[in-house]
Amino acid sequence: MVEAGSAFDAWWGWPPPVLDPAGPYADSVTTLAWVLFGLGVIVTLIVVAAVYLAVNGSKRTKSKLGGERAVWIGGIAFPGIVLTILLVWGLALTASLTKTPTGDEMRVRVTGHMWWFDVEYLDSAGNVVLRDSNELHLPVGEPVVIELASADVIHSFWVPNLSGKEDMIPGRVNELLVQADKAGRFGGICAEYCGGPHALMGFVTVAHGSSEWREWWKDRTRSLPGIADQDVPGETVVLASNPATPPDLNPLDGRQLFMNSGCAACHRVAGTEANGLAGPDLTHVGNRLSLGAGILPNNRGTMMGWIGNSQSIKPGNRMPNYDMLSADELEAIAIWLEQQK
Amino acid sequence: MMGNLALGPRRAMTLGTAIALCAGLDACKAPPESRYVSDPADARHGLEVIERVGCGACHEIPGVGWPEGNAGPSLRGFDDFGPIAGQLPNTPTNLAAFVRNAPLAKPGSPMPAMPLSVAEARDVAAYLHGLDDG
Ligand code: HEC
Ligand code: HEC
Ligand SMILES: [Cu+2]
Repeated sequence: MVEAGSAFDAWWGWPPPVLDPAGPYADSVTTLAWVLFGLGVIVTLIVVAAVYLAVNGSKRTKSKLGGERAVWIGGIAFPGIVLTILLVWGLALTASLTKTPTGDEMRVRVTGHMWWFDVEYLDSAGNVVLRDSNELHLPVGEPVVIELASADVIHSFWVPNLSGKEDMIPGRVNELLVQADKAGRFGGICAEYCGGPHALMGFVTVAHGSSEWREWWKDRTRSLPGIADQDVPGETVVLASNPATPPDLNPLDGRQLFMNSGCAACHRVAGTEANGLAGPDLTHVGNRLSLGAGILPNNRGTMMGWIGNSQSIKPGNRMPNYDMLSADELEAIAIWLEQQK
Repeated sequence: MMGNLALGPRRAMTLGTAIALCAGLDACKAPPESRYVSDPADARHGLEVIERVGCGACHEIPGVGWPEGNAGPSLRGFDDFGPIAGQLPNTPTNLAAFVRNAPLAKPGSPMPAMPLSVAEARDVAAYLHGLDDG
């Protein structure tokens, strides 16, 4: 699933590039940004030219520049007209960003925590169908409503490739429409300072083409009871059976170590007794592209390094270091987590 | 304080003399910094492997920008003198064995085994031993 790449390329979609729209909502934001930038450049050039003429121009130019007419035209009429046009055009352009959802869109609730994201896929009645963390999967070409919430302080949800930012405010639910028009991985970040390692609070968005999306949904919901074919958002499929996971050489029982080391008190792994809610859901952590909320590629080394000493990687995060685990214990837990797909 | 200040210029002069002598005689090769000189292609592949399996999550490693965790010691300045992890003779074979399965190479080592093939481990060792080749 994960291709090789050099260390900090955005090959798992993070950190996200701005000004590279991959869907209609990001498109209008990017257009607006470029037009504002262009106008800013033109106005700056005019001002610089005026200053130059005011210093080096002929006597006639200088007196013209200093006259009342110049103030009326350059200082009031010009900005008044330009800004009015810009306001009307800008509002028209971005009207789609605040469009009310029709109600048919796929819905995902994303809840900001210090300093990671909880992701819940909802059915049309608003019930949670599937829970995941730090990763958001979408079908290409479909508008998706993101219900933005917060578990603690104000965060802000931003996938620059797909939309503008929107705040996640405690006690409120804000709705944001996003849409990806091409398949790919798009990084997201928290765009509102929320203390501590805020700068290391990210997530990865993955947009799938329709057949890949069907596969993904099928795979994620295969073990869930009561998920019928017609429940796949926008698709009709047949459920796949659960593929077996390969055994490993480490003799220790990673599952048991996970349950007995306190991990289960903070993390949920569906189908086990691990039911903690203080940290990210690890039910599908073996399929996660990233670890540490979007900041690390997911591999054996980062998994063990995170568990053993996450504080040296993401200082201040709310998971304690597990430096008391032996090498074999650490490896066994990592192997077991890798199998949680 | 005063003593230090007074010493300064004298030290500088000795150093200056040494440099002048070296330049004149062309005989002051630095002492050998490396016993094992790595093949650059192997070392380059070793770095790719290091990034793929995530050694940086536990070690600061030159050439790996992110992450720089410190569950394990920094490998900045790691060279081929001195024992590996305070115990194993520092040879390419031992280093390759250690990075692949540390608890097997050094019983009780807190570094877990890593998912490397024998050939990958050899290239990783080549990269680490190449750090001081200058
Ligand atoms: C006190 C609560 C707590 C305990 C105990 C705890 N964790 Fe965590 N864990 C967290 C929090 C909070 C995060 C999210 C940190 C962040 O990204 O800011 C996290 C993140 C993680 C992640 C990364 C998940 C991702 O998608 O980014 C893994 C893997 C993980 N923990 C594994 C473990 C294991 C294994 C144990 C037991 C050895 C454990 N945790 C014990 C709170 C805890
Ligand atoms: C889970 C954390 C972890 C990971 C991942 C990890 N190491 Fe280590 N490493 C350690 C620890 C802890 C030690 C100290 C071992 C000891 O003293 O026995 C160590 C020691 C070392 C040493 C000896 C350092 C010295 O000063 O002698 C080398 C070399 C090394 N590691 C290389 C690697 C390489 C290469 C990788 C990736 C293939 C890697 N490590 C992955 C934790 C880790
Ligand atoms: Cu934040």
